Amino acid sequence: MLESSLYFLQQLINGITIGSTYALIAIGYTMVYGIIGMINFAHGEIYMIGTYIAFMAISAAAMLGIEFLPLIFLMALMASILVSSSFGWAVERIAYRPLRGGNRLIPLISAIGMSIFLQNYVRLGQGSRDIAMSSQVSGGWIIGPTDGFHATLSYMQVIIFAVTVVSMALLTLFIARSRMGRACRAVSQDLKMSNLLGIDTHKVIATTFVIGAALAAVAGTLLGMYYGVVNAYIGFIAGLKAFTAAVLGGIGSIPGAMIGGILLGIAESMTAGYYSTEYKDVVSFGLLVLILLFKPTGILGKPELEKI
Amino acid sequence: MLKNLPFALFCSILTLILAFPILGLQLEHKGTSLIVTGTDAGTYYYILSAMLAVFLVQLFKSKLAFAYNSLRPEQPIISQWLPCEEKRQLIVKAVFVLLILTALILPFYSSRQWSDIATLALIYVILGLGLNIVVGLAGLLDLGYVAFYAVGAYSYALLSQYFGLSFWVCLPIGAMLAATFGLLLGFPVLRLRGDYLAIVTLGFGEIIRIMLNNMTQLTGGPNGIGGIPRPMLPMLQFEPEFDIVMLEFGRRATEGGVPYHVFFDVPYNSSMKVIVLYLIALALALFTIFVVQRLIRMPVGRAWEALREDEIACRSLGMNRTTIKLSAFTIGALFAGFAGSIFGARQGHISPESFVFFESVIILAIVVLGGMGSQLGVMIAAVTVVLLQELSREFDEYRLLAFGLTMVLMMIWRPQGLLPMKRPHLKLEQG
Repeated sequence: MLESSLYFLQQLINGITIGSTYALIAIGYTMVYGIIGMINFAHGEIYMIGTYIAFMAISAAAMLGIEFLPLIFLMALMASILVSSSFGWAVERIAYRPLRGGNRLIPLISAIGMSIFLQNYVRLGQGSRDIAMSSQVSGGWIIGPTDGFHATLSYMQVIIFAVTVVSMALLTLFIARSRMGRACRAVSQDLKMSNLLGIDTHKVIATTFVIGAALAAVAGTLLGMYYGVVNAYIGFIAGLKAFTAAVLGGIGSIPGAMIGGILLGIAESMTAGYYSTEYKDVVSFGLLVLILLFKPTGILGKPELEKI
Repeated sequence: MLKNLPFALFCSILTLILAFPILGLQLEHKGTSLIVTGTDAGTYYYILSAMLAVFLVQLFKSKLAFAYNSLRPEQPIISQWLPCEEKRQLIVKAVFVLLILTALILPFYSSRQWSDIATLALIYVILGLGLNIVVGLAGLLDLGYVAFYAVGAYSYALLSQYFGLSFWVCLPIGAMLAATFGLLLGFPVLRLRGDYLAIVTLGFGEIIRIMLNNMTQLTGGPNGIGGIPRPMLPMLQFEPEFDIVMLEFGRRATEGGVPYHVFFDVPYNSSMKVIVLYLIALALALFTIFVVQRLIRMPVGRAWEALREDEIACRSLGMNRTTIKLSAFTIGALFAGFAGSIFGARQGHISPESFVFFESVIILAIVVLGGMGSQLGVMIAAVTVVLLQELSREFDEYRLLAFGLTMVLMMIWRPQGLLPMKRPHLKLEQG
């Protein structure tokens, strides 16, 4: 009895950990969708680039002889945010801005092209093999009997959860309080009208992409340190999962992305823990299909009115 | 010009940030730790020159745009060089017949390898035309098209393996199964708006692939199914008695048919089996072209396009959008099933690896590059994409990079495709 409940607890902990990083990536989808109504397919690749940069920064720190962990972490975070945001900005500028205001399918196809381009750009630069890194943070709290079967809450998992919560809080503050955040909300309500009222919508949209990319970089750094492996292909599946999370929570809603991410993470780790690891992707895609069919607005989304 | 200076500087620094960490740094394993090293000097020169180029372009952007516009020649009016309408139609028909004849004769004079590639190109023509119905005509972005292709291929492989059914029985069954899958998927999904539909179909495609990968007892899992028989051709026999025999194209009869060189009493030619498959693919491709050509002119084809252009208007005219979308989805899936069966017969061995998401993207790219809705454009694009893939095997590294870039650039410069669709129209006779 104790054993099975500990096992359940372990799956729950793992699920919440993975789920919070999904939530971070999902923000990028949800904000972009909320403002210009397109699915930014290349977002997963930006997360992947963030992971690579974090690995580089951590190895560089180790080569420089820096051993103070928070400093290393900060360096990795800063570097990956800088590069990923640049990618986010550039992608928007090159591949999406010229297409604004046309057929909805066209930016989507352009985004798929951009995703393939970025994936292969990184593959060319960094090779297609896996890059592994030993973990920086080890140890954790043991729940249950130390000598028997027990659940572990590792320090890394705590860090992931804490950083996610802090980033979300900062983002919420930014959206709610700052001038730019207000502009973001206005543009997501009515792009044309806010343009007429003198808001630089191009700038707002670019900011959205940059924020989304920065949060994806945070997720990339955290997940990279957690799993310790990166290759050029991790972006696609992570992006798809994050999109599912965004839809689950209600696309366009930021707290929705958080809830959706964590729910998806739990659903996935429960499938992996109780049924089979191979089917965990099937579960998340199946979940996506089911939500879209029965409640396309998600948990916290607002119903979309059809304007005639 | 000075006004552009800060932005130009910004862009060139951005280029550095985008290029340097990914191209200029390398992660390497050294013992247990990971180290960062630089690459060769050539890469750095490239990055520097890219920075310089971006800087200059941004600095002189307005002048460049002006120069480009003044350089561009007057658009020639093509229509005045073309023959008049009736003559043109005659010429088009003649060219078409000539092309078919060439396609029929060509394999007998070319190498086995090229016939094989041509078969693949024809498979992609069928796939492109099928997806063109869904994406180009009905305007439904389907990113999981490869799932129906997989259904076609696996149904031929499984039916021939477990029940020993021949290709000609499996072909319609496979297509029907794929169409049924399309119908079943489409029924709940088609209520969704455009981009949600894209994601759901993508998810469906991945689910099918993962299932094929994991249902090891039935599908052989990642190893796939091997030993798929090549199609036989039925032939009338007059001696010694009137009968229908199945011709095989291997050296020895393995499926209970008669080897063709025994039947016709000709020397054995090993490339014959490739050629026969090519001819079957050609026949099916022509069938597809014919059917789609007819469908576009039918009420249902017009309804697809109308729905793509304006859904609300269609609904106010009393059109049933679910039925219309569903018909597009099902017919598209049907052709994918055809293509899948031929693919299975060509490969002789299929595994889930042939049906990844990227395959859907290639088919989508064919439709987009050719021009959404345009038949001829899609056919040309399919042949081009397959040929480019075969020819650029040496540049494998850059192939996908260029592929992604082309998709983006096409969307920016020519979203209507290389050969945009021409609407079939009727003209009233003058006076």
